[in-house]
Amino acid sequence: MATFLGINLFGLFGQLLVGLINGSFYALLSLGLAIIFGLLKIINFAQGAIYMLGAFGAYLALQYLGIGYWAALIVVPLVVGLLGILMERFLIRPIANEDHLYSLLLTFGVALVLQGLFTHMFGSSGLSYAIPDALKGGTKLPFMYLPNYRAWIIIASLIVCVGTWWMIEKTKLGAYLRAGTENPALMQAFGINVPLMVTLTFGFGVALAGFAGVMAAPVYSVSPDMGSNILIVVFAIVVIGGMGSIGGAIITGLGMGIVEGLTKYFYPEASNTVIFLVMVVVLLIKPAGLFGKEA
Amino acid sequence: MKLMNKTLLSAAMAVALTSTAAHADLSDDKVKIGVLADMGGVYADVCGKGCLTAVEMAVEDFGGSVLGKKIEIVSADDQNKPDVGSAIVREWIESKEVDVVTGLVASSVTGAVTKVTTDNKKIALIAASASNAFTTKACSPYNAHWTYNVVALANGTVKPIVQSGKKKWFFITADYAFGHALEGIASKVIKAEGGEVVGAVRAPLGTTDFSSYILQAQASGAEVVGLANAGADFVNSLKTAAEFGLTEMMDVAGLLVFTPNAKALDPAIAGGMLTTTGFYWDRDDASREWSARFKARQGVIPAMPHAGAYSATMHYLNAVKAAGTDDSDTVMKLMKSTKPDDFFAKNATLRSDGRMVHDMYLVRITKASERKSEDDIFKIESVIPGDKAFAPVLPACDFK
Amino acid sequence: MKISKFNIVLLGLALVAPFAFYPVLLMKVLCFALFACAFNLLLGFVGLLSFGHAVFLGTGGYVTGYLMMNTGLTPELGILAGTIASGLLGAVYGKLSVKREGIYFAMVTLALAQLMFFVFLQAPFTGGEDGLQGIPRGHLFGFIDLSDNLNMYYFVLAIFLFGFWLINRTVHSPFGQILKAIRDNEPRATSLGYNVNDYKWAAFVISAALAGLAGSTKTLVFQLASLTDVHWHMSGEVVLMTLLGGMGTIFGPVVGAAVVVGIQNFLSGGELGNYVHIIMGLIFIVCVLAFRSGIVGEIQKIVKRNFG
Repeated sequence: MATFLGINLFGLFGQLLVGLINGSFYALLSLGLAIIFGLLKIINFAQGAIYMLGAFGAYLALQYLGIGYWAALIVVPLVVGLLGILMERFLIRPIANEDHLYSLLLTFGVALVLQGLFTHMFGSSGLSYAIPDALKGGTKLPFMYLPNYRAWIIIASLIVCVGTWWMIEKTKLGAYLRAGTENPALMQAFGINVPLMVTLTFGFGVALAGFAGVMAAPVYSVSPDMGSNILIVVFAIVVIGGMGSIGGAIITGLGMGIVEGLTKYFYPEASNTVIFLVMVVVLLIKPAGLFGKEA
Repeated sequence: MKLMNKTLLSAAMAVALTSTAAHADLSDDKVKIGVLADMGGVYADVCGKGCLTAVEMAVEDFGGSVLGKKIEIVSADDQNKPDVGSAIVREWIESKEVDVVTGLVASSVTGAVTKVTTDNKKIALIAASASNAFTTKACSPYNAHWTYNVVALANGTVKPIVQSGKKKWFFITADYAFGHALEGIASKVIKAEGGEVVGAVRAPLGTTDFSSYILQAQASGAEVVGLANAGADFVNSLKTAAEFGLTEMMDVAGLLVFTPNAKALDPAIAGGMLTTTGFYWDRDDASREWSARFKARQGVIPAMPHAGAYSATMHYLNAVKAAGTDDSDTVMKLMKSTKPDDFFAKNATLRSDGRMVHDMYLVRITKASERKSEDDIFKIESVIPGDKAFAPVLPACDFK
Repeated sequence: MKISKFNIVLLGLALVAPFAFYPVLLMKVLCFALFACAFNLLLGFVGLLSFGHAVFLGTGGYVTGYLMMNTGLTPELGILAGTIASGLLGAVYGKLSVKREGIYFAMVTLALAQLMFFVFLQAPFTGGEDGLQGIPRGHLFGFIDLSDNLNMYYFVLAIFLFGFWLINRTVHSPFGQILKAIRDNEPRATSLGYNVNDYKWAAFVISAALAGLAGSTKTLVFQLASLTDVHWHMSGEVVLMTLLGGMGTIFGPVVGAAVVVGIQNFLSGGELGNYVHIIMGLIFIVCVLAFRSGIVGEIQKIVKRNFG
C-alpha cells in the first residue's frame, strides 16, 4: 500500500472522500440557513428539525402513500417548503421588526415542538429507509469501495447548491431578491410585492433542508433527534463561512466535511468538536467569517 | 466511609435477623416498586415501556398483593441521563415510599442510581445494564444484577469465534463506559485464546455516520470486526458496513444485539451473525407462553431485559413473602439463598456479590430463508452454562 | 434592595417551604434560579445573549465534585473553588467573546462552550458519560452534617440569597448603571468615554462566577456532576427560564426557573414525559410572540398601569 510519512495514503483518500460526502449534507443545510439569514435576517434555529421532517416525510410518504424515493425527492421538499411558508407568515412575520435574537428563540421553540412531537409519535430509536434500487451496489475505486448512493449524494448536492448560488447571485430574480431585502420600500415602489418575496424565500430555504432530509433518509437512521445533532454544527459552518454569504456557506460546508473526515482518521474522539475549534479560531482572526463582509 | 458502611451493615443485619417474624412487617404498609427506564430514547425498545409492562405482569401474576398488602408500581423516564435518574430515585425513596427499584438501562444511570439506593439501603434489581461494575468495582450488598453483563457477552461471542481460527480483530467501540468495558474484556478474551487485536476506533455515542470508521476497519487487515456498541449505534454501524462492502471482506460480530435491533436490520445484512443473549423468546414452552402474553400487551416480542425485569421482580416478591418483611437486608439474604427458577432463569442462582448467574445462549441471527415468522430472529446454537459465562466473585464483593 | 414587607414575606415563605414541599426539589429550584439570575445579569442588564452559559454551571460542578471526592475539602471550600474556577474560565472566555456583538457573541460563546464539553467528555477525571457519581455532601464548616436534607436546604438558601443580593447590588451600583447605558445605547456609552468592552468583560466574569456557584451547589445537592450541565441544551434552558420569567427584571429569572423546574418535575413521572419538549417549545413560542416581557415583566406593566 502507498504510504507517506507513515500515513496510509489510500486510507487518507478514502477519508477525504467520505468527508466530502458528509460535507455535501452540511453544504445543503448551511446554504438554506445562509439564504434565510443573508436575505431575510432571520436566524432559523428550526432548520435542523426541518431536515428531520424531510427524512420523516420520505419515510411516511413511502409507508402510507406509496410514494417512492425519486418522487419524494420532489414532493417532500415542496410540502416542507409550504410548512415553512406557513411558519414565516404566522409566526415569524409578527416579530419581523424585533431584535434578530427573538427569531432565534422562536425558531428554537419550533424545533423543540417538532422534535418532541415526532419523538412522541415514533419513539427515538430510529427507523430505516431502503436505498433506492437504481443506486444499490457500488464502484471499486483504487483506494476504496464507493457505494453508488454516496456518489449520488455528492452529485445531487453539488447540482442543487451551484444552481441555487447561480440563481441568487447571477439572475435577475436574484437581483430583485437582494435589492428587495436591502431596500424594501424602494422595491415596493417599483411594484414588487416584497412581503410575498420574503415568504417565498423563507419557504425555499426551508425546502432545501427538507431536500437534505430526504437525501439522508437511506443512509442515516431516520430519528427525531437527527436534526438537533446536526443543527449546531451547521450553524457553526454558516458562521465560519460568514453569515449570509451564499457561496461561503457552500464552500465551508464541503470544507468542514473534509476537516471532520480527517479528524475521524487522526483523532476520532474529537470529530464532533473540531468544527467548533475552527469556528473559534476563525472568529478571533476574521470576525465576519471567511467569506463575510466586515460590517 | 468504607469502614462505617461495614459497621452499619453488620448492625443492620443483626437487627434484621432478630426481627424476621411471621407477622407482616412492611414499611409504610405496602410494597412499592419503582421502574426507572428509558421511555423515549435510544434504549426505549430495549427497556422502556416494555420493562414497565413486564413488572406489571409480575405483580399481577403474583396476585397484586403480598402479605395482605397492596403492591404498587411507579415508573419514570430517566432520559438516559445519570442526573435525571438519580434525582428521580432519590425522590422516590425520600418522599414516595419506594422500596425497590428496577428497570435500569444505561450503565451510567444505573451507576448513579445504585449509589442512591445503596446509601438508603434499598435494593436495585438491574434488568438491562451491561456494565459489570455493579458487581465488581461498584458492587454493593443491595445490587442484584440480573439479565447479562459485558463479561458474559465477551465470553459467549468472542471466545468461540477466536477458537474457530479467526484470530485478528478490530473493534468499533462506542466511546463511553459501556463500550470501553466491552472492548476491554473482549480484548482480554481474544489474547487469552491466542488471538490479537490489530486496532480499535472509538466512535462518539449516537454517531450518525460510521463510514470513516468502516474504512479504517477495512484498512486494518483484521479477520473479524467486533462492534462494541449497542442499540442504534449497532444498527447504524452494521448498515454502513454492509453498504461499504465490509461484510463481504470480513466477519462482523455484534457483541450486544437485542432482538428489536436485529429485527430492524435487513436479514441480508445481519443474517448469520453470532451473538450472545440471556434470553430468547422461542426457547421452550414456558418462554413461548410468557412471551405470547407479553406480546399481547406490548405488541412486540420481549427482549432479554423485559424477561429479566419480570424474573427479578418475581424473585424479589417471593422473597418478601417468605421473609414476612420488606426490610432490604433480610429480603436480599433470602433472595441469595433461594434459587430463582422461572421461564427466564435456568440453572440460576443469585450470588453473594449480587450477580445473577444463569444459562446464557449463543445464538445466530437467522437468514431470510430460515424465518418462519417475522419474530423468528435468532436460532439458539448452544447453551453457555452460567459459570462459563460470568467471572467469579471478587473477595471485596463477597457480601454474605 | 430595601427590606420591604414583600421581601420579608418571601423570606418567611422560603424558610418554611421545606416543610410543605420536597426539599431536594426546592433546592433544585434555588440552584437554577441563581443560574438564571446570573445569566440575566448579562442578557437583561447588558444585552448580551450567551448561548454557552451551561459551561460555567458545569465547570463549577465538576471542580467542586472532584475536590469533594478526592481531597476531603469541606463543602464551603469546595463550592468556593468551583466558583473561582468558573470565574477564571469566564475571564478567559469573556476576553475572547465580548468584542463580538449580537449573533456573533452568541455563536462564539456556544463554540467555546462546546470545546469545554469535549474536555469534560474526554478528560480522565470527569468520568465521561457516567459523570462524577457519589460525591459526598460533607460537613459544613466541618460540623454541620449536610447529608440531612433540611440542613442542606438552609445552606442552599443562604447561598442563593447571597448570590441574589450580589446581583442586586451590582445592578443598582454605578457600575450597573453603566451596564444599562451600554445595553440601551452602546455608541453613546463609548462616546461618553467608557471602555465598553471592559465593562462587558467584568459583567461576564461576575455572571460566570455566579453560574459556577449555582453549579457547584447543585452538584452537592444531587451528589453528582454530569454532562447534562455542560450540554448546549442546558444553555437553551436557562434562556427559556429568563425569558419566561422576564429578562431584565430582578425576580423574573427566579419565577422562570421555578416554573420550568416545576413543569419538568411534574411531567417527568409517568405518561406525560414525552410532552416535556413540546411544552417547553410552546412556552418559547408563546413568550416570544405574545409576552416578551415575561411573567414578572407583564405583572410590573399591569401594576404600573393601574397603580403607578
